[in-house]
Amino acid sequence: MKINKLFNSVNDVMSDVFDGAVIMLGGFGEAGSPVELIHGLIDTKCKDLTIIANNAGNGKIGLGALIGENQVKKVICSFARSPKSITFKELYENNKIELEVVPQGTLAERIRSAGAGIPGFYTQTSVGTPLAEGKEIKIFDGKEYVLEKSLKADFALIKAETSDRYGNLTYNKTARNFNPIMCMAANQTIVQVKRIEKEENTDPEKIITPSIFINKVTVVSDPIIESIAIDNGETYP
Amino acid sequence: MNEFINIGWTKDEIAKKIANEFPHGSYVNLGIGMPELVSKFVDESKEIIYHSENGLLGMGPPANENELDYELINAGKKPVTILPGGSYCHHADSFSMIRGGHIDYCVLGAMEVSEGGDLANWTTGKGIPAVGGAMDLVVGAKNVFVMSQHTTKDGSPKFLKNCSLPLTGKSVVTRVYSNLAILDVTPDGFKLKEMYEKIDFNLLQKVTEAKIISN
Repeated sequence: MKINKLFNSVNDVMSDVFDGAVIMLGGFGEAGSPVELIHGLIDTKCKDLTIIANNAGNGKIGLGALIGENQVKKVICSFARSPKSITFKELYENNKIELEVVPQGTLAERIRSAGAGIPGFYTQTSVGTPLAEGKEIKIFDGKEYVLEKSLKADFALIKAETSDRYGNLTYNKTARNFNPIMCMAANQTIVQVKRIEKEENTDPEKIITPSIFINKVTVVSDPIIESIAIDNGETYP
Repeated sequence: MNEFINIGWTKDEIAKKIANEFPHGSYVNLGIGMPELVSKFVDESKEIIYHSENGLLGMGPPANENELDYELINAGKKPVTILPGGSYCHHADSFSMIRGGHIDYCVLGAMEVSEGGDLANWTTGKGIPAVGGAMDLVVGAKNVFVMSQHTTKDGSPKFLKNCSLPLTGKSVVTRVYSNLAILDVTPDGFKLKEMYEKIDFNLLQKVTEAKIISN
Protein backbone atom coordinates (compact mmCIF):
# COMPACT_ATOMS: atom_id res chain seq x y z
CA MET A 1 0.00 0.00 0.00
CA LYS A 2 1.20 3.50 -0.78
CA ILE A 3 0.91 6.57 1.42
CA ASN A 4 -1.43 9.06 -0.17
CA LYS A 5 -2.48 12.31 1.54
CA LEU A 6 -4.10 13.73 -1.60
CA PHE A 7 -7.87 14.35 -1.47
CA ASN A 8 -10.21 15.18 -4.33
CA SER A 9 -11.91 18.31 -3.03
CA VAL A 10 -11.93 21.06 -0.43
CA ASN A 11 -15.03 19.53 1.16
CA ASP A 12 -13.23 16.19 1.56
CA VAL A 13 -10.32 17.70 3.51
CA MET A 14 -12.59 19.69 5.83
CA SER A 15 -14.63 16.73 7.14
CA ASP A 16 -13.13 16.55 10.67
CA VAL A 17 -13.62 20.20 11.71
CA PHE A 18 -15.85 20.69 14.77
CA ASP A 19 -17.62 23.46 16.71
CA GLY A 20 -15.30 25.31 19.08
CA ALA A 21 -12.13 24.25 17.25
CA VAL A 22 -8.93 26.32 17.41
CA ILE A 23 -7.81 26.90 13.83
CA MET A 24 -4.63 28.47 12.47
CA LEU A 25 -4.82 30.19 9.11
CA GLY A 26 -1.59 30.73 7.17
CA GLY A 27 -0.95 33.95 5.30
CA PHE A 28 0.22 37.51 5.76
CA GLY A 29 -2.45 39.71 4.28
CA GLU A 30 -3.56 37.88 1.16
CA ALA A 31 -0.18 36.28 0.38
CA GLY A 32 -0.33 32.64 1.45
CA SER A 33 -3.90 32.90 2.72
CA PRO A 34 -5.77 29.60 2.08
CA VAL A 35 -8.90 31.34 0.80
CA GLU A 36 -10.57 28.26 -0.72
CA LEU A 37 -10.00 26.18 2.44
CA ILE A 38 -11.53 28.99 4.51
CA HIS A 39 -14.53 28.93 2.18
CA GLY A 40 -14.70 25.17 2.78
CA LEU A 41 -14.65 25.93 6.53
CA ILE A 42 -17.58 28.32 6.03
CA ASP A 43 -19.47 25.50 4.27
CA THR A 44 -19.05 23.24 7.35
CA LYS A 45 -21.13 25.81 9.34
CA CYS A 46 -18.90 25.09 12.37
CA LYS A 47 -19.27 27.77 15.04
CA ASP A 48 -17.47 29.25 18.07
CA LEU A 49 -14.12 28.95 16.32
CA THR A 50 -10.92 30.49 17.67
CA ILE A 51 -8.83 31.76 14.78
CA ILE A 52 -5.05 32.26 14.98
CA ALA A 53 -3.76 34.34 12.07
CA ASN A 54 -1.70 37.46 11.45
CA ASN A 55 -4.67 39.57 10.36
CA ALA A 56 -8.45 39.61 10.76
CA GLY A 57 -9.63 39.52 7.16
CA ASN A 58 -10.63 41.90 4.39
CA GLY A 59 -13.94 42.40 2.63
CA LYS A 60 -16.22 39.35 2.56
CA ILE A 61 -13.74 36.88 1.09
CA GLY A 62 -11.73 34.29 3.06
CA LEU A 63 -11.34 35.14 6.76
CA GLY A 64 -13.44 38.29 6.33
CA ALA A 65 -16.31 36.08 5.10
CA LEU A 66 -15.86 33.48 7.88
CA ILE A 67 -16.07 36.24 10.51
CA GLY A 68 -19.06 37.75 8.67
CA GLU A 69 -20.90 34.42 8.96
CA ASN A 70 -20.59 34.69 12.78
CA GLN A 71 -18.58 31.45 13.00
CA VAL A 72 -15.70 33.01 14.96
CA LYS A 73 -15.78 33.83 18.68
CA LYS A 74 -12.16 34.90 19.08
CA VAL A 75 -9.27 36.08 16.91
CA ILE A 76 -5.64 35.88 18.04
CA CYS A 77 -3.58 38.09 15.72
CA SER A 78 -0.97 40.86 15.50
CA PHE A 79 -2.77 43.31 13.24
CA ALA A 80 -6.57 43.31 13.03
CA ARG A 81 -6.83 46.78 11.49
CA SER A 82 -7.08 47.14 7.73
CA PRO A 83 -8.63 49.70 5.37
CA LYS A 84 -10.69 46.93 3.74
CA SER A 85 -11.78 45.21 6.97
CA ILE A 86 -15.57 45.20 7.25
CA THR A 87 -16.73 42.17 9.20
CA PHE A 88 -14.21 42.07 12.06
CA LYS A 89 -14.49 45.83 12.62
CA GLU A 90 -18.26 45.68 12.89
CA LEU A 91 -18.34 42.74 15.31
CA TYR A 92 -15.47 44.14 17.41
CA GLU A 93 -17.11 47.55 17.76
CA ASN A 94 -20.28 45.81 18.94
CA ASN A 95 -18.38 43.57 21.41
CA LYS A 96 -19.43 40.46 19.50
CA ILE A 97 -15.94 39.07 18.90
CA GLU A 98 -12.92 38.69 21.18
CA LEU A 99 -9.46 39.89 20.16
CA GLU A 100 -6.09 38.87 21.61
CA VAL A 101 -3.40 41.17 20.23
CA VAL A 102 0.02 39.52 20.01
CA PRO A 103 3.24 41.13 18.74
CA GLN A 104 3.99 39.55 15.36
CA GLY A 105 7.31 38.01 16.35
CA THR A 106 5.85 36.67 19.58
CA LEU A 107 2.95 35.22 17.59
CA ALA A 108 5.37 33.47 15.23
CA GLU A 109 7.51 32.18 18.11
CA ARG A 110 4.48 30.97 20.11
CA ILE A 111 3.45 28.95 17.05
CA ARG A 112 6.97 27.69 16.27
CA SER A 113 7.59 26.67 19.89
CA ALA A 114 4.31 24.71 20.04
CA GLY A 115 5.43 22.76 17.00
CA ALA A 116 8.79 22.09 18.64
CA GLY A 117 7.31 20.82 21.92
CA ILE A 118 8.36 23.90 23.91
CA PRO A 119 5.52 25.06 26.21
CA GLY A 120 6.74 28.63 26.66
CA PHE A 121 9.70 30.98 26.37
CA TYR A 122 10.96 34.33 27.60
CA THR A 123 11.25 37.34 25.31
CA GLN A 124 12.07 41.03 25.65
CA THR A 125 9.27 41.91 23.21
CA SER A 126 6.41 43.79 24.95
CA VAL A 127 8.24 44.28 28.28
CA GLY A 128 7.02 47.55 29.82
CA THR A 129 3.93 47.68 27.57
CA PRO A 130 0.26 46.86 28.19
CA LEU A 131 0.72 43.53 26.34
CA ALA A 132 3.01 42.25 29.12
CA GLU A 133 0.57 43.04 31.92
CA GLY A 134 -0.27 40.04 34.11
CA LYS A 135 2.55 37.93 32.66
CA GLU A 136 5.55 36.58 34.54
CA ILE A 137 8.70 38.68 34.21
CA LYS A 138 12.14 37.16 34.69
CA ILE A 139 15.54 38.82 34.67
CA PHE A 140 18.40 37.34 32.64
CA ASP A 141 21.79 39.12 32.76
CA GLY A 142 20.13 42.24 34.16
CA LYS A 143 17.45 42.52 31.46
CA GLU A 144 13.72 41.93 31.85
CA TYR A 145 11.96 39.25 29.80
CA VAL A 146 8.30 38.25 29.69
CA LEU A 147 7.01 34.66 29.72
CA GLU A 148 4.94 33.77 26.64
CA LYS A 149 3.14 30.46 26.26
CA SER A 150 3.16 28.45 23.07
CA LEU A 151 0.07 28.30 20.81
CA LYS A 152 -1.33 25.01 19.54
CA ALA A 153 -4.31 24.41 17.28
CA ASP A 154 -6.71 21.64 16.41
CA PHE A 155 -6.34 22.43 12.71
CA ALA A 156 -4.03 24.48 10.50
CA LEU A 157 -5.27 25.61 7.07
CA ILE A 158 -2.29 26.16 4.81
CA LYS A 159 -1.62 27.45 1.31
CA ALA A 160 1.44 26.09 -0.46
CA GLU A 161 2.71 25.96 -4.03
CA THR A 162 3.34 22.24 -4.56
CA SER A 163 3.00 18.94 -2.73
CA ASP A 164 3.74 15.33 -3.56
CA ARG A 165 1.51 12.48 -2.35
CA TYR A 166 3.43 12.41 0.96
CA GLY A 167 2.74 16.08 1.72
CA ASN A 168 6.22 17.49 1.10
CA LEU A 169 5.58 21.20 0.49
CA THR A 170 7.16 24.06 -1.39
CA TYR A 171 5.95 27.67 -1.25
CA ASN A 172 5.98 30.74 -3.48
CA LYS A 173 7.96 33.84 -2.45
CA THR A 174 6.47 35.77 0.51
CA ALA A 175 3.39 33.52 0.49
CA ARG A 176 5.51 31.29 2.74
CA ASN A 177 5.22 33.51 5.87
CA PHE A 178 3.37 31.76 8.75
CA ASN A 179 2.53 28.62 6.75
CA PRO A 180 5.55 26.38 7.57
CA ILE A 181 5.41 27.03 11.32
CA MET A 182 1.63 26.56 11.48
CA CYS A 183 2.03 23.18 9.71
CA MET A 184 4.01 22.08 12.79
CA ALA A 185 1.66 23.41 15.48
CA ALA A 186 -1.69 21.75 14.71
CA ASN A 187 -3.14 18.32 15.40
CA GLN A 188 -4.36 18.17 11.81
CA THR A 189 -2.74 20.17 9.01
CA ILE A 190 -4.79 20.69 5.86
CA VAL A 191 -3.16 22.14 2.76
CA GLN A 192 -4.29 23.62 -0.53
CA VAL A 193 -1.65 23.59 -3.27
CA LYS A 194 -1.56 24.95 -6.80
CA ARG A 195 -0.22 21.67 -8.19
CA ILE A 196 0.94 18.17 -7.32
CA GLU A 197 4.49 17.04 -8.05
CA LYS A 198 5.45 13.40 -8.59
CA GLU A 199 7.69 12.44 -5.68
CA GLU A 200 10.44 11.30 -8.07
CA ASN A 201 10.49 14.84 -9.48
CA THR A 202 10.77 16.69 -6.17
CA ASP A 203 14.24 17.72 -5.11
CA PRO A 204 14.62 16.94 -1.38
CA GLU A 205 16.82 20.04 -1.05
CA LYS A 206 13.91 22.25 -2.16
CA ILE A 207 11.31 20.92 0.30
CA ILE A 208 10.44 23.61 2.87
CA THR A 209 7.91 21.62 4.95
CA PRO A 210 8.64 17.89 5.30
CA SER A 211 5.68 15.51 4.98
CA ILE A 212 5.58 14.46 8.66
CA PHE A 213 3.75 17.71 9.52
CA ILE A 214 1.02 17.24 6.90
CA ASN A 215 -2.25 15.29 7.05
CA LYS A 216 -4.41 16.25 4.06
CA VAL A 217 -3.73 17.95 0.74
CA THR A 218 -6.05 19.10 -2.02
CA VAL A 219 -5.46 21.00 -5.25
CA VAL A 220 -6.78 24.49 -5.94
CA SER A 221 -5.01 25.20 -9.20
CA ASP A 222 -6.19 28.76 -9.77
CA PRO A 223 -6.75 30.29 -6.32
CA ILE A 224 -8.64 33.53 -5.75
CA ILE A 225 -6.49 36.66 -5.47
CA GLU A 226 -8.19 38.29 -2.50
CA SER A 227 -7.52 41.96 -3.29
CA ILE A 228 -8.71 41.60 -6.90
CA ALA A 229 -11.82 39.67 -5.81
CA ILE A 230 -12.65 42.37 -3.23
CA ASP A 231 -12.10 45.16 -5.76
CA ASN A 232 -14.47 43.29 -8.09
CA GLY A 233 -17.11 43.24 -5.36
CA GLU A 234 -17.01 39.46 -4.93
CA THR A 235 -18.25 37.91 -1.67
CA TYR A 236 -18.63 34.42 -0.16
CA PRO A 237 -20.85 32.43 0.20
CA MET B 1 -2.88 75.83 14.48
CA ASN B 2 0.64 74.57 14.28
CA GLU B 3 3.26 76.91 12.84
CA PHE B 4 6.11 74.43 13.32
CA ILE B 5 4.80 71.59 11.20
CA ASN B 6 5.50 73.42 7.95
CA ILE B 7 8.98 74.65 8.74
CA GLY B 8 12.25 72.80 8.95
CA TRP B 9 13.65 70.02 6.84
CA THR B 10 11.34 68.36 4.30
CA LYS B 11 10.54 64.66 4.65
CA ASP B 12 12.99 63.96 1.81
CA GLU B 13 15.72 65.92 3.58
CA ILE B 14 15.15 64.00 6.81
CA ALA B 15 15.16 60.72 4.85
CA LYS B 16 18.50 61.67 3.28
CA LYS B 17 20.07 62.40 6.66
CA ILE B 18 19.01 58.95 7.89
CA ALA B 19 20.19 57.23 4.69
CA ASN B 20 23.62 58.85 5.10
CA GLU B 21 23.94 57.29 8.54
CA PHE B 22 23.83 53.65 7.38
CA PRO B 23 27.30 52.13 6.87
CA HIS B 24 27.90 50.06 3.71
CA GLY B 25 26.64 46.50 4.19
CA SER B 26 23.99 47.34 6.82
CA TYR B 27 20.85 45.25 7.25
CA VAL B 28 17.95 47.68 7.61
CA ASN B 29 14.20 47.46 8.31
CA LEU B 30 12.16 50.51 7.31
CA GLY B 31 8.74 50.99 8.90
CA ILE B 32 5.61 51.52 6.85
CA GLY B 33 4.90 55.12 5.78
CA MET B 34 7.40 57.99 6.09
CA PRO B 35 10.41 55.72 6.86
CA GLU B 36 9.97 54.00 3.47
CA LEU B 37 11.31 57.24 1.88
CA VAL B 38 14.78 56.56 3.29
CA SER B 39 15.68 53.91 0.69
CA LYS B 40 15.41 56.52 -2.10
CA PHE B 41 18.36 58.45 -0.72
CA VAL B 42 21.02 55.83 -0.09
CA ASP B 43 24.26 56.78 -1.84
CA GLU B 44 25.04 54.45 -4.75
CA SER B 45 28.55 53.81 -3.43
CA LYS B 46 26.96 51.77 -0.60
CA GLU B 47 25.03 48.52 -0.65
CA ILE B 48 22.26 48.27 1.97
CA ILE B 49 20.14 45.12 2.42
CA TYR B 50 16.50 45.73 3.30
CA HIS B 51 14.53 43.34 5.47
CA SER B 52 10.75 43.10 5.33
CA GLU B 53 9.38 41.20 8.31
CA ASN B 54 7.01 39.04 6.26
CA GLY B 55 9.95 36.86 5.24
CA LEU B 56 11.87 38.86 2.65
CA LEU B 57 15.55 39.79 2.88
CA GLY B 58 16.99 41.78 0.00
CA MET B 59 13.82 43.70 -0.82
CA GLY B 60 13.94 45.85 -3.94
CA PRO B 61 11.79 48.81 -5.07
CA PRO B 62 7.98 48.65 -5.38
CA ALA B 63 6.74 46.48 -8.28
CA ASN B 64 5.71 48.14 -11.56
CA GLU B 65 2.19 47.69 -12.94
CA ASN B 66 3.41 44.97 -15.31
CA GLU B 67 5.29 42.92 -12.69
CA LEU B 68 2.68 42.89 -9.88
CA ASP B 69 2.86 39.63 -7.92
CA TYR B 70 0.43 39.28 -5.04
CA GLU B 71 2.69 36.66 -3.49
CA LEU B 72 5.67 39.02 -3.39
CA ILE B 73 4.67 41.77 -1.00
CA ASN B 74 6.21 43.88 1.77
CA ALA B 75 5.13 44.34 5.39
CA GLY B 76 2.71 47.04 4.22
CA LYS B 77 1.15 44.35 1.98
CA LYS B 78 2.13 46.19 -1.21
CA PRO B 79 3.70 44.32 -4.19
CA VAL B 80 7.47 44.79 -4.26
CA THR B 81 10.51 43.20 -5.92
CA ILE B 82 13.44 41.13 -4.70
CA LEU B 83 17.05 41.95 -5.61
CA PRO B 84 19.81 39.52 -6.60
CA GLY B 85 21.23 38.13 -3.35
CA GLY B 86 17.81 38.22 -1.71
CA SER B 87 16.04 35.35 0.00
CA TYR B 88 12.71 34.22 1.44
CA CYS B 89 12.13 32.67 4.84
CA HIS B 90 9.24 31.80 7.15
CA HIS B 91 7.94 34.14 9.82
CA ALA B 92 9.79 32.65 12.80
CA ASP B 93 13.12 32.93 10.95
CA SER B 94 12.26 36.45 9.81
CA PHE B 95 11.53 37.53 13.38
CA SER B 96 14.65 35.73 14.61
CA MET B 97 16.53 38.20 12.40
CA ILE B 98 14.81 40.95 14.39
CA ARG B 99 14.57 39.52 17.90
CA GLY B 100 17.97 37.84 17.74
CA GLY B 101 19.71 41.18 17.26
CA HIS B 102 20.74 40.74 13.61
CA ILE B 103 19.09 43.86 12.14
CA ASP B 104 21.49 46.83 12.28
CA TYR B 105 18.95 49.66 11.93
CA CYS B 106 15.22 50.07 12.02
CA VAL B 107 13.41 53.32 11.27
CA LEU B 108 9.95 53.83 12.73
CA GLY B 109 7.33 56.54 13.05
CA ALA B 110 6.25 57.80 16.47
CA MET B 111 3.31 59.28 18.29
CA GLU B 112 5.44 60.04 21.37
CA VAL B 113 9.05 59.54 22.48
CA SER B 114 10.25 60.08 26.04
CA GLU B 115 13.65 61.42 27.13
CA GLY B 116 14.41 57.93 28.44
CA GLY B 117 13.89 56.45 24.97
CA ASP B 118 10.40 55.05 25.53
CA LEU B 119 8.38 54.85 22.32
CA ALA B 120 4.61 54.99 21.81
CA ASN B 121 3.54 54.35 18.22
CA TRP B 122 1.00 51.52 18.06
CA THR B 123 -2.27 52.65 19.59
CA THR B 124 -3.99 55.75 20.89
CA GLY B 125 -6.05 53.47 23.13
CA LYS B 126 -9.07 53.97 20.87
CA GLY B 127 -10.28 51.78 18.00
CA ILE B 128 -8.95 48.33 17.14
CA PRO B 129 -5.54 47.77 18.78
CA ALA B 130 -3.02 46.48 16.21
CA VAL B 131 0.69 46.12 16.96
CA GLY B 132 2.21 44.19 14.02
CA GLY B 133 5.99 43.83 14.37
CA ALA B 134 6.72 47.16 16.10
CA MET B 135 7.31 45.72 19.58
CA ASP B 136 9.74 43.14 18.17
CA LEU B 137 11.67 45.69 16.11
CA VAL B 138 12.25 48.12 18.98
CA VAL B 139 13.76 45.51 21.30
CA GLY B 140 15.65 43.62 18.60
CA ALA B 141 17.24 46.10 16.20
CA LYS B 142 20.71 47.32 17.19
CA ASN B 143 19.76 50.94 16.42
CA VAL B 144 16.20 52.24 16.60
CA PHE B 145 15.74 55.51 14.73
CA VAL B 146 12.50 57.47 14.98
CA MET B 147 11.47 59.57 11.96
CA SER B 148 8.72 62.01 12.82
CA GLN B 149 7.44 65.56 12.71
CA HIS B 150 8.64 67.43 15.79
CA THR B 151 5.11 68.15 17.02
CA THR B 152 1.64 66.72 16.50
CA LYS B 153 -0.69 68.22 13.91
CA ASP B 154 -2.20 70.51 16.55
CA GLY B 155 1.24 71.66 17.72
CA SER B 156 1.57 69.58 20.90
CA PRO B 157 5.06 68.29 21.74
CA LYS B 158 5.83 64.69 20.79
CA PHE B 159 9.18 64.49 22.58
CA LEU B 160 8.25 64.33 26.22
CA LYS B 161 9.51 63.69 29.74
CA ASN B 162 7.20 60.68 29.87
CA CYS B 163 4.91 59.15 27.26
CA SER B 164 1.19 59.33 27.99
CA LEU B 165 0.10 56.75 25.37
CA PRO B 166 0.49 52.96 25.73
CA LEU B 167 4.15 52.06 25.09
CA THR B 168 5.57 50.07 22.19
CA GLY B 169 8.82 49.62 24.11
CA LYS B 170 10.68 50.98 27.13
CA SER B 171 14.13 52.62 26.75
CA VAL B 172 14.44 51.51 23.14
CA VAL B 173 14.95 54.59 20.93
CA THR B 174 18.52 55.39 19.88
CA ARG B 175 17.96 58.64 18.00
CA VAL B 176 15.15 60.90 16.82
CA TYR B 177 15.05 62.60 13.39
CA SER B 178 12.45 65.38 13.10
CA ASN B 179 11.84 68.32 10.79
CA LEU B 180 13.55 70.56 13.37
CA ALA B 181 16.37 68.53 14.89
CA ILE B 182 18.29 65.30 15.30
CA LEU B 183 18.33 64.26 18.95
CA ASP B 184 20.32 61.42 20.48
CA VAL B 185 18.76 59.57 23.39
CA THR B 186 21.46 59.47 26.08
CA PRO B 187 21.45 58.34 29.73
CA ASP B 188 21.03 62.05 30.58
CA GLY B 189 18.12 62.62 28.16
CA PHE B 190 17.81 64.11 24.66
CA LYS B 191 21.06 65.55 23.37
CA LEU B 192 21.13 67.85 20.34
CA LYS B 193 23.12 66.43 17.41
CA GLU B 194 21.95 68.76 14.67
CA MET B 195 19.37 71.57 14.44
CA TYR B 196 17.48 73.01 11.46
CA GLU B 197 19.64 75.95 10.39
CA LYS B 198 16.94 78.64 10.45
CA ILE B 199 15.71 78.24 14.01
CA ASP B 200 17.41 78.94 17.32
CA PHE B 201 17.77 76.66 20.29
CA ASN B 202 15.20 78.53 22.39
CA LEU B 203 12.54 77.86 19.79
CA LEU B 204 13.49 74.19 19.57
CA GLN B 205 13.27 73.85 23.34
CA LYS B 206 9.90 75.64 23.33
CA VAL B 207 8.31 72.97 21.12
CA THR B 208 9.94 70.10 23.03
CA GLU B 209 8.54 69.18 26.43
CA ALA B 210 11.63 67.29 27.57
CA LYS B 211 14.79 69.24 28.28
CA ILE B 212 17.33 69.13 25.44
CA ILE B 213 21.04 69.09 26.24
CA SER B 214 22.59 71.47 23.72
CA ASN B 215 26.28 70.68 24.03
